[in-house]
Amino acid sequence: MHETSASHAAHQHTAPTSFIRKHVFSLDHKVIGKQYYGLALLAVFIGMGLSWLMRLHLGWPAWPIPLLDKLSAVGAPSGVMTPEYYLSLMTMHGTIMVFFVLTNAPFAAFGNYFLPIQIGAEDMAFPRFNMMSFWTTFMAFLVMMAAFFVTDGPPISGWTAYAPLSAVGGDAGPGLKVGQTLWAISIAIFCIGSLLGALNFIATTLDLRTKGMSLARMPYCSWAWFVTSVIALLAFAVLLPACILLILDRTAGTSFFIPAGLVLSDKLQPHSGGSPLLWQHLFWFFGHPEVYIAILPSIGIVCHILPVFARKPLLGPRATVGCMIAIGFLSYMVWGHHMFVSGMNPFSATLFSVPTLFITVPATILTLLLLGSVYGAKMRFTSASLFCLGFISVFISGGISGFFLAQPSIDIYLHATYFVVAHFHFVMAVASLFGVFAGTYFWFPKMTGRMMNEALGKLHFWLTFIGVYAIFMPMHYLGLAGNVRRYSAFVDDYLIPLIPVHKFITIAALLTGAAQFIFLFNLIWSRFKGPIASENPWEATSLEWSTATPPPFDNFGGKHMVVYNGPNEYGVESRDGKDFIMQTSPEKAPAS
Amino acid sequence: MATTTLPPGAEITLDDHGSGKPPERTPRQRQVTMPGSQAQKSETGMWVAVSAIGMSFAAFTSAMIVRQDASTDWQRFQLPHVLYLNTLILLASSVTLELSRQRIAAMPDAARHAAGSAKALLANGIYWLYLTAALGLIFVLGQLLAWRNLAAQGLFLATNPSSSFFYLFTALHAVHLLGGMGGLFYVLRKLVRSGGAGETSGLSAFSIYWHFMDLLWVYLLLLLAMRM
Ligand code: HEM
Ligand SMILES: [Cu+2]
Repeated sequence: MHETSASHAAHQHTAPTSFIRKHVFSLDHKVIGKQYYGLALLAVFIGMGLSWLMRLHLGWPAWPIPLLDKLSAVGAPSGVMTPEYYLSLMTMHGTIMVFFVLTNAPFAAFGNYFLPIQIGAEDMAFPRFNMMSFWTTFMAFLVMMAAFFVTDGPPISGWTAYAPLSAVGGDAGPGLKVGQTLWAISIAIFCIGSLLGALNFIATTLDLRTKGMSLARMPYCSWAWFVTSVIALLAFAVLLPACILLILDRTAGTSFFIPAGLVLSDKLQPHSGGSPLLWQHLFWFFGHPEVYIAILPSIGIVCHILPVFARKPLLGPRATVGCMIAIGFLSYMVWGHHMFVSGMNPFSATLFSVPTLFITVPATILTLLLLGSVYGAKMRFTSASLFCLGFISVFISGGISGFFLAQPSIDIYLHATYFVVAHFHFVMAVASLFGVFAGTYFWFPKMTGRMMNEALGKLHFWLTFIGVYAIFMPMHYLGLAGNVRRYSAFVDDYLIPLIPVHKFITIAALLTGAAQFIFLFNLIWSRFKGPIASENPWEATSLEWSTATPPPFDNFGGKHMVVYNGPNEYGVESRDGKDFIMQTSPEKAPAS
Repeated sequence: MATTTLPPGAEITLDDHGSGKPPERTPRQRQVTMPGSQAQKSETGMWVAVSAIGMSFAAFTSAMIVRQDASTDWQRFQLPHVLYLNTLILLASSVTLELSRQRIAAMPDAARHAAGSAKALLANGIYWLYLTAALGLIFVLGQLLAWRNLAAQGLFLATNPSSSFFYLFTALHAVHLLGGMGGLFYVLRKLVRSGGAGETSGLSAFSIYWHFMDLLWVYLLLLLAMRM
């Protein structure tokens, strides 16, 4: 008997006291969640700064940008960026945003903080791995940032790092010598961190649910994090091998991706027979699931938050979860829709086009369920609920362009134009970030003990909402007009008339970006000066609202929670006269 | 069944993982704990880890098939014969691992009859574990021999895509195996410290990993034999 209690205590929680153990190398999932959030916040502002630089250049290519020559004397002599440096900044923008923001914030940050609490656990299944996964990710970030400071700057091959450009080395252009190697190493490290994280999420969800927390009673965002972690596990397990092969091609002289007879800068490359398409297949086998890694957690967050402010249950709880699973499953069968113009057999194109259209079915059902859930509701308009509604709007706007791109015959025209840029910024970038914003306004009280300022929050919402439409809507038009993406200046006859549109977009981007400082200010100011939050300020049902604000070290202060209801008991009459029933409340919810 | 003293104010809950059904009594269930026993967590975690590793080797496999068909430069070569001997050694290590687990699993029963016989079982189990580690090490050394054999044929990492994949597969597998041996020593330490608590030492999770490494190697060998 004695032995067991000792070994039990070994993995039981006692709060650490030293600063390093508490705030730096912490095993506490809540601290790790905040660390991920901080990293994503840093990354998103760097990524946004890069987009400002690119947009300034697109609008006014001849203007010198102050201080840019300090960042890279080669890339921007006297402050005007070279076309290659434009590509370097674009590569870093995409990479930082996709990996360090859209993967980290909605999934790793909020998931770490709230998954254990929502299922009634004291911590993640493997706290030590959890700490490692954050610090691995952080190291990946440092390696990626190092690419800014090497002589010829970051790589120019885009976030998709298409081979052979990404595989050959310095002869092909700037950034491809050291910068591209740093990129590949950073992404490989990132994969390891994400795999550790996904493993933890899966084991936690399967094994640490408290009594009564059946799968059917799990909140939607816990479901989304769970499905996402399964997707992430399989996707990053493919990107990692791809990066290893790329690193070998770059450093060890192998020829996985580099074809024979390639002549660059008048030099015959010493490689034979590799397949550039192999990289595209490996990358997009990861890449398409990755876009769902970015969006599913935000879908889950919106499904979680919207009923709280609609004071109505979400329609079709089972269908919602079913759609998430279906999306996760189908996301593995559609990667070829990124390769319609790669010279693939038209039959293969059809083979990828059909499942791509299938995947719009669960996506559409989810959207309709969300819309149906707010239909006729007496919405409580808060910053959080506004961002949820905004999410639905941008997700639809971006999803619709997907239908067009999914047709190979249309995509041949639209591929690699601004139409695609508009599509994925709406449906992935903005939608996922709106989920993060909603989550922030919603959970900030729980995470810090203080409320955020609602007036500033709403101002932030309206400026951002109008701003993203001003930025990305015109890009559809640009794409239809034939404006190719990844050009740094528009000098061809057919592109010159489009320059005013680009100027407009640049101004919108600068203003929308500026509005994000309202958010940053609100975040920092409220952290110290916001009004004190109560245990359950939004009158929500899930477990994170049944514990103190902010939660104690072991989440529930030594109590083992017992769950009696699903998360969806809104718009009911509870015994104490409220319109919701907590998941932990033993009273039986009346059938609604 | 183990019991623990509860901290004041704690509620007693049954570990039924929220299924709503009365808990079944499986050997790895605890009576009074926070949800999810250590052994169960580590086994789940190990299955997940093993699927990720399997997935990445599947990715390498498809890369190899695509690369071989992509052009005409694929050069076949004779696999070093020592690989087959290595395979036997690795398979033997799975057997020794199972022998060890049998000994340790029999301990609680034996302890009821005589404390001494449980001790002997533990010592025996640990002996088999050391043997497992030794066989693993011999396997890795054997793989090094295979590499030397290839180098003697003039085949290096970048010589030909076939040799690239050969080095890649064998090296990655060996790295995973060495990692597993690190895990094995961790398990051994815990076993000795706890006086043979098989449940908390991670032995069963470790054995999932080790057997998987075995299977993975057999698969890789077949793949290489077919393609080289
Ligand atoms: C309605 C369902 C969707 C369909 C039918 C669809 C279809 C497509 C197609 C066919 C392309 C390739 C276009 C081209 O490169 O020529 C594409 C690109 C893309 N999609 Fe979607 N998509 C859908 C939803 C999504 C979602 C939900 C996300 C993200 C969360 C997303 C993110 C992306 C990204 C990031 C790219 C471009 C990647 C790049 O080239 O850099 N899509 N989509
Ligand atoms: Cu896709």
